Amino acid sequence: MNSKKLIAYSVRLVLYALVILFFGWIIKNHYFDYIFSESSTFLVLMRQHIELVVVSSVIAIIIAIPAGILITRPKFRKAEWVVSIIVNFLQTIPNLAVLALMISVLGIGFKTAVFALFLYSILPIFRNTVAGLDSIDKNLIDAAKGMGMKPSQILFRIELPNAVYSILAGVRTAVVLNIGTAALAYVIGGGGLGVWIFTGIQLFDNGYLLSGAIPVTLLAILADYLLRKLENVLVPKGSRREANT
Amino acid sequence: MIAFNHVTKSFSEDNIAVKDVNLTVEKGHIVVLLGPSGCGKTTLLRMVNRLESISNGEIMINNKNSMELDAIELRRNIGYVIQSNGLFPNMTIEDNVMIVPDLLGWSKQKKRERFTYLMKLIGLDAQDYRKRYPHELSGGQQQRIGVIRALAADPPVMLMDEPFGALDPIIREKIQDEFLQIQREVKKTILFVSHDIDEAIKMADKIVLMRDGEIMQYDTPSEMLAHPKNEYVSKFFGKDRALKSLSLHTVKNLQDIIGLAPIDATIRDTKTIHVHQDLRTTLSMLMNQEADQVVVTNDQDENIGSITIDHVQKYLHFEIKGELSVSQEG
Ligand SMILES: Nc1ncnc2c1ncn2[C@@H]1O[C@H](COP(=O)(O)OP(=O)(O)OP(=O)(O)O)[C@@H](O)[C@H]1O
Ligand SMILES: [Mg+2]
Repeated sequence: MNSKKLIAYSVRLVLYALVILFFGWIIKNHYFDYIFSESSTFLVLMRQHIELVVVSSVIAIIIAIPAGILITRPKFRKAEWVVSIIVNFLQTIPNLAVLALMISVLGIGFKTAVFALFLYSILPIFRNTVAGLDSIDKNLIDAAKGMGMKPSQILFRIELPNAVYSILAGVRTAVVLNIGTAALAYVIGGGGLGVWIFTGIQLFDNGYLLSGAIPVTLLAILADYLLRKLENVLVPKGSRREANT
Repeated sequence: MIAFNHVTKSFSEDNIAVKDVNLTVEKGHIVVLLGPSGCGKTTLLRMVNRLESISNGEIMINNKNSMELDAIELRRNIGYVIQSNGLFPNMTIEDNVMIVPDLLGWSKQKKRERFTYLMKLIGLDAQDYRKRYPHELSGGQQQRIGVIRALAADPPVMLMDEPFGALDPIIREKIQDEFLQIQREVKKTILFVSHDIDEAIKMADKIVLMRDGEIMQYDTPSEMLAHPKNEYVSKFFGKDRALKSLSLHTVKNLQDIIGLAPIDATIRDTKTIHVHQDLRTTLSMLMNQEADQVVVTNDQDENIGSITIDHVQKYLHFEIKGELSVSQEG
């Protein structure tokens, strides 16, 4: 136990050291200069990037969670396998293919990018919602029903509170992936920090590349952190232990 | 009171779980549904609160046809306990216990008082456990919480599906005793599923022995042990059914019929047994030769005589021949 802790601790120390070295190297080479010299452009791109992520994620959450709830209702259970086939099929389509497909339908621009990102975010959220609801002990539902709870009361008082950990994990996965994938929005004129990343790649300019890529990474880390914090608020205390083990 | 009139449940044409069951559970009685796995005990139980539909026949609860009542309303008036306690992990103990009162819209004050009262019944400190979560309790404690949760809104009828089935024998026995104690106070009409013969004999006012969805015999435990209706029943209870029936009788019963022996004051190594203890315990004490003499004490802790294996054997002999009819009351 103690030696494990020691190893974990030293690994973490090494990682921190590497990160600090990395940033030192970047600053020494003035790779971040664009962020300051072209700060207004940077802020626009950053805002676009966040907008892409937020809009597409919110729509995905609004659609995927209710869809997951609906499909796990007894009436729709029978259709579950059809839906999982569709969902699994969608999952296998690469990001770029989704983007290409969307361009041919919606043309290029912000909307197309949002739509593509939305499609790609739906899957993890939907899957985790279904998995979370499915994993609830059937005896609990039986007990709830036997005590005279209505279906809506069972859903809101028993099922969702006990599935919220899994649902949030799905949202987190979706959002973090989304932040990375949103860099591709540049390809279809959707803006975002992808503009600098791709410029950097095309011009072999590490400055542009890193001024785009590092903020994207930091955004992803920040989103992950915030959503984990949200977990502490939303997951009921009693279910937390089970969820974590 | 619960009455089953020609109740049948078929899941499919060749899967008939309950066949034409007629049964009346009297008010304030514990009726134990007993039988091998798959004989339809759970199905029969779940038809009462309409978790299973009734294919044929009707179930009357306090003279009202269950099908004519609103299912939600009906269930809120019937306590329901299952083997895997069914406590909700996301809720505190208090919230778990107060679910039905909450559904019924009780005031906070009333719920708090009721919770405190119920916790006292099972000997747990209400203040201590209120804000705890189910996973912080032992299996035995969880099961007891499951029981008082079913009692929370004081329903006249309780359905219990192997409520103590998952507990280890020592804890189980303790909780059985505790529950009987509670039942003496609350006097609910209870349908209780079990596949444990000893549990059935101990808990039941009457036992329903089932096979393949049919009732083999419906009788008091002592009747069923003394006069099994057919070979299936006698086989089910086994060759030692006479021995088992001993747990239904107390030293007092024996004393009333054949009397006790005088106390031999010269024997120093004695043990005492209370007059209200059951004969099964007495017999095992005698057989294990824990002492040279077993002295019987009464409520005033006075020694009123001694008891020997001979006494028990004599009593048993009468019992098997059915020459004695002894009330079960201890
Ligand atoms: N939902 C169901 N669908 C189909 N058949 C069922 C269903 N529930 C129970 N059965 C069948 O009905 C019969 C009785 O089942 P039940 O659960 O009532 O038995 P039980 O006496 O409670 O058994 P156990 O002691 O194992 O709990 C069994 O043959 C079982 O397979
Ligand atoms: Mg059963």
